[in-house]
Amino acid sequence: MLSLVIFLPLVAAVVLAVARGLPDAVARWAWVGVALVEVLLVGVLWARYETPAAGTLAFDEQVEWIPGLGASYHLGLDGLSLPLMALTAVVFAACAVYALRESTRPRSQAALFCFLQTTCLGLFAAADLIVFFLFFDLSIVGMYFAIAGWGHGNAQKSALQFFLYTFLGSLGLLLGFIGLYVASGTFDMVALAADPPLVGTGVTGGLVLAAVLVGLAVKTPTVPFHTWLPPAHTDAPAVGSAVLAGVLLKMGTYGFVRIAMPMLPDAWRSFAWVVIAVGVVSVVWGALVALAQTDLKRMVAYTSVNHMGYVVVAVGAAGVVGGSAEEARALAVTGAVTQMVSHGLITGALFLLAGVLHRRTGTYEMSRFGGLAGRAPRYAALFAVAAFASLGLPGFSGFVAEVQVFAGSIAAVPWTAVALVGILLTAALFLRALQRLLTGERGPASAAFADVRGSELVAVAPLLVLATLIGVLPRPLLEVVEPASRAVVALVAR
Amino acid sequence: MTPPLALLLLVLGPAVVGVVLALAGTTAGPRGRAVADRAAFPVAVATAAAALGLAALVAAGRPSAQAPFLAGAPLGLGVDGLSAVVVPAVAAVVLLVLVFAWADVREGRARFAGLMLLFTAAVSLTATATTLPALLLAWEVMGAASYALVGFWWREDRRVSAGTTAFVTTRAGDLGLYVALAGAVGGGLLGGGSSTGMGLALADLAALPPGWRDVVAAGVLVAALGKAAQLPFSWWLSRAMEGPSPVSALLHSAAMVAMGGYLLLRVEPLLAATGWAATAAAWVGALTAVALGVVALAQRDLKQLLAASTSAQLGFVVLAAGVGAVTGGTAQLVAHAAVKALLFLVAGAWLTALGTKQLAGLRGAAGIWPVVGGAAAMGALALAGVPPFALWTTKDAVLHVALETSPALYAVGLLGAALSAAYAGKVLVVVFRRAKGGEEVEDVVEHWDGEEQGTREVPRLAQAPLVVLAVAALGLAVLGLPPEVRLLAGVLGQDPAAAGAGAVELVVSGVVAVAALAAVVVLVRAERLPEPAWARAWLGLGAATDAVVRWVLALAERAARADDALGRGAVGLARGVVGTAGAAGSADDRLDAGVRGLAGRADGLAGVATRADDGVDRTVHGVAAGTKRLGGLARRAQTGQLHDYYAQLVVVLGAAAVGLVLYVSLR
Repeated sequence: MLSLVIFLPLVAAVVLAVARGLPDAVARWAWVGVALVEVLLVGVLWARYETPAAGTLAFDEQVEWIPGLGASYHLGLDGLSLPLMALTAVVFAACAVYALRESTRPRSQAALFCFLQTTCLGLFAAADLIVFFLFFDLSIVGMYFAIAGWGHGNAQKSALQFFLYTFLGSLGLLLGFIGLYVASGTFDMVALAADPPLVGTGVTGGLVLAAVLVGLAVKTPTVPFHTWLPPAHTDAPAVGSAVLAGVLLKMGTYGFVRIAMPMLPDAWRSFAWVVIAVGVVSVVWGALVALAQTDLKRMVAYTSVNHMGYVVVAVGAAGVVGGSAEEARALAVTGAVTQMVSHGLITGALFLLAGVLHRRTGTYEMSRFGGLAGRAPRYAALFAVAAFASLGLPGFSGFVAEVQVFAGSIAAVPWTAVALVGILLTAALFLRALQRLLTGERGPASAAFADVRGSELVAVAPLLVLATLIGVLPRPLLEVVEPASRAVVALVAR
Repeated sequence: MTPPLALLLLVLGPAVVGVVLALAGTTAGPRGRAVADRAAFPVAVATAAAALGLAALVAAGRPSAQAPFLAGAPLGLGVDGLSAVVVPAVAAVVLLVLVFAWADVREGRARFAGLMLLFTAAVSLTATATTLPALLLAWEVMGAASYALVGFWWREDRRVSAGTTAFVTTRAGDLGLYVALAGAVGGGLLGGGSSTGMGLALADLAALPPGWRDVVAAGVLVAALGKAAQLPFSWWLSRAMEGPSPVSALLHSAAMVAMGGYLLLRVEPLLAATGWAATAAAWVGALTAVALGVVALAQRDLKQLLAASTSAQLGFVVLAAGVGAVTGGTAQLVAHAAVKALLFLVAGAWLTALGTKQLAGLRGAAGIWPVVGGAAAMGALALAGVPPFALWTTKDAVLHVALETSPALYAVGLLGAALSAAYAGKVLVVVFRRAKGGEEVEDVVEHWDGEEQGTREVPRLAQAPLVVLAVAALGLAVLGLPPEVRLLAGVLGQDPAAAGAGAVELVVSGVVAVAALAAVVVLVRAERLPEPAWARAWLGLGAATDAVVRWVLALAERAARADDALGRGAVGLARGVVGTAGAAGSADDRLDAGVRGLAGRADGLAGVATRADDGVDRTVHGVAAGTKRLGGLARRAQTGQLHDYYAQLVVVLGAAAVGLVLYVSLR
């Protein structure tokens, strides 16, 4: 079942790639069809999901692969990965619908994004480090082509920069994985979490953690490894940005809770304060730099650094075991996972909305707009909702995430309260953006601006509806996540 | 209807109707919007009337309810004595203000009515919240609705900016609630092993262990002072006057600002338990009453005067929470809500009809529409604290307890009361003093239509709420009278013996109010009332806010430039790794230097310790060594093709992996 969910898009990708004579319209709708089937399939997984027993995974699948290396084709889900699988399916479906109006090589784009979807789903379901790494790198390759092939502006250069930077990061990750293998003789993630190697080895454990952390920090990205992100987003197509920010960034933060914390608990505890510091700096720095941006897409890109920073703060705080209740640390980790989902939905919507600006006017420069609320009231409403969701207003998923992150982190490590400045700065920068784009006098680029239409509305609105549902009724999501975060916290405390 | 259902409907009903109206008013097609605009006020007023009924139901039934939210921290809401008094009062003001707005708001009616209802739902939840998550949720939604309502006329930049100022300033205070919530988690209130059995309950905060209790008290205090526009947060309220008058009547008198004071009354045991927080609240409240009283007295714009007086009057509520005068504070909160809503609606009626809110243009305005003028007189006399009007007794119920705590606080409070009489007297004398002779009349009429085109009429529908509120401005005096205040104390669960003003203090404050009022009347008539520039400019709070904003924006610019430099450095580094891999020796140096530089930056930024730095260094050396060895091979592959770079990196990776394996196995 799980393999089917993961590889169905790949099959579609192959078919789309070889079917040269396929009319564009068919290719576009085929992608939408596959993406919707995926949403349905993940929905089935969610409905059938039951929290697995400690140290096991739901929907576990294992096939022998390279027994000599202790690597196998091993997949499974738990409360950390299932929400991200669902997020992936939803974001890709939104992108497929948004791309219904794509005119540049739609068949190739559909094939590429189906391929990308397989790599994302595969990564979140992976229970073997080699499988994880394979999907991790393939996702980078796929995103390279998405930016280079369908981007604008300086797309080639930005794509190459993205590729090299994140590929170098994955190199660090692989080094770390090899370190784990050498110490334990297996690449199996379940086995590594159950019986972590390198406990009490001091420097060696620290080195392996450092390698893993650098790899994940580049992908997340955290300050100071984030500089590939703004150019990549600025030049990427809307669907590319939505997937990059919505799903690919989560691979980094997912790695923290899936790999670094349970497999290197000892080193994680020792270096937790480094992680927290990097997180706090990312929160404040990302928000501050975003505040100075005049290009909408760059601004949203920097808010991603800020939002992912909250996740890093939370997972760091969960590693400070002495003097704080396990409940508080579990709250922080639950908040971190919620933030991954929330950020995927909201930032995905924001990037698609930025794409609408570019489709109409060819620019993201906020000073060229103004008064859009009059010309395009639906666009204005969608953007305002997305902006308030992103600044963490209660009633949206971002609040559920951030309030848990802050409550858990500050209770465990009081000085992380510094990161609260982040939500003040994001409030200021999003309200400034609203003012520049939507209100006041009509700007030159607003003059002939057409309001959002059918497929654009259908692509963006569901993301925001989901963000609202999670914000108002968070229990269905949190009940899946909470057992898993308690488990992670217990694993780190060993 | 069961009381718990009534409680849920009280919150959810206006929320749902409000969201539907607001969305229909903005996103429907032109025809749909027209329909929504026509239906908006009938629907909204009906909803508000139903909400008032529900408020009465829950005040009688005192239900509670909870919904699971976070692990061990539900959304809890319930009605106790305090909310049983405040929730119906707010619901009544909402209804009256919406009736006025029906006559007053002419464009975007569906959006306006929808946002007002959404705001109302948030206020009801704020007032009935029994856990911190519920409070924080409602608290911030209230702020966002206020943003949208202050910036309601979005085509004018200054109005939207005013909304932004209001939201960002109050959110700066709201951070305190986030800290408080975290402090309650840190103090072990998650899961609710306490008296209430409910996680993060407001009622359990006072029993927190010292340390976390102080953190929570500080956070709540800051959040409440921000919302209540107390010093030093008061400036946002001045900017918020850019919003429509009905918004000021509801948000900036009866509801949102008042909720700041309300929260402190609710957590009074927490403030008292820390000691210092109660003292701080008492003094901030008393000083705000005086300082913003002076500001109000110096204003030449009616809405600005009323805004400053709101801060000042809320100061008495905050003072009440600080000295433990919960009964007096509640009475003051409710009476002020009625009085100030009345005065803001009067200001709005004149603004719509005459096109000005400048006092110079409102000279003699009371005589034009007698009902409006009469209501204005009642409101101003009540605001002045003149017997037998409402704020006379309620303010004294606070000051009476303050005197027991500290004579100094009492003296400062009494000065605040005198200032209330003075600024209310200024309004009174201006609007009742007819211009005499052609020249004076010209001076007045010249201001008309200065801010918007006046309609020269006040519809009956707009006059009706004024009459009701004017009656309340007189009648609510009973809240603070010695026998009735004991009744109120009983409802609130306070000690009846400690509540209420003594006869002596009532006489003293009555005399002070009348004297101050008379003095101002004389001074204004002689045109010798001082209006110092520093007081007119809100004590420089606006300039200070602007300075902070400029500083933050400059900092952001510098950060952005630094970030771009960091990005260029990383690109250079990537070139160092790949582009010059062929020139092995120099590549090694560059890589090393580049990464050292980068690591140094990371070091500076994040304070990474030497240990982590060593780790980075060693890894980098490993990679660099691999690069060096394979450099010769790689040179031939520099075609600029992606797959070539990929191949090179895989080789480098392999070498590094071998190195690591050797390193680990040799150890």
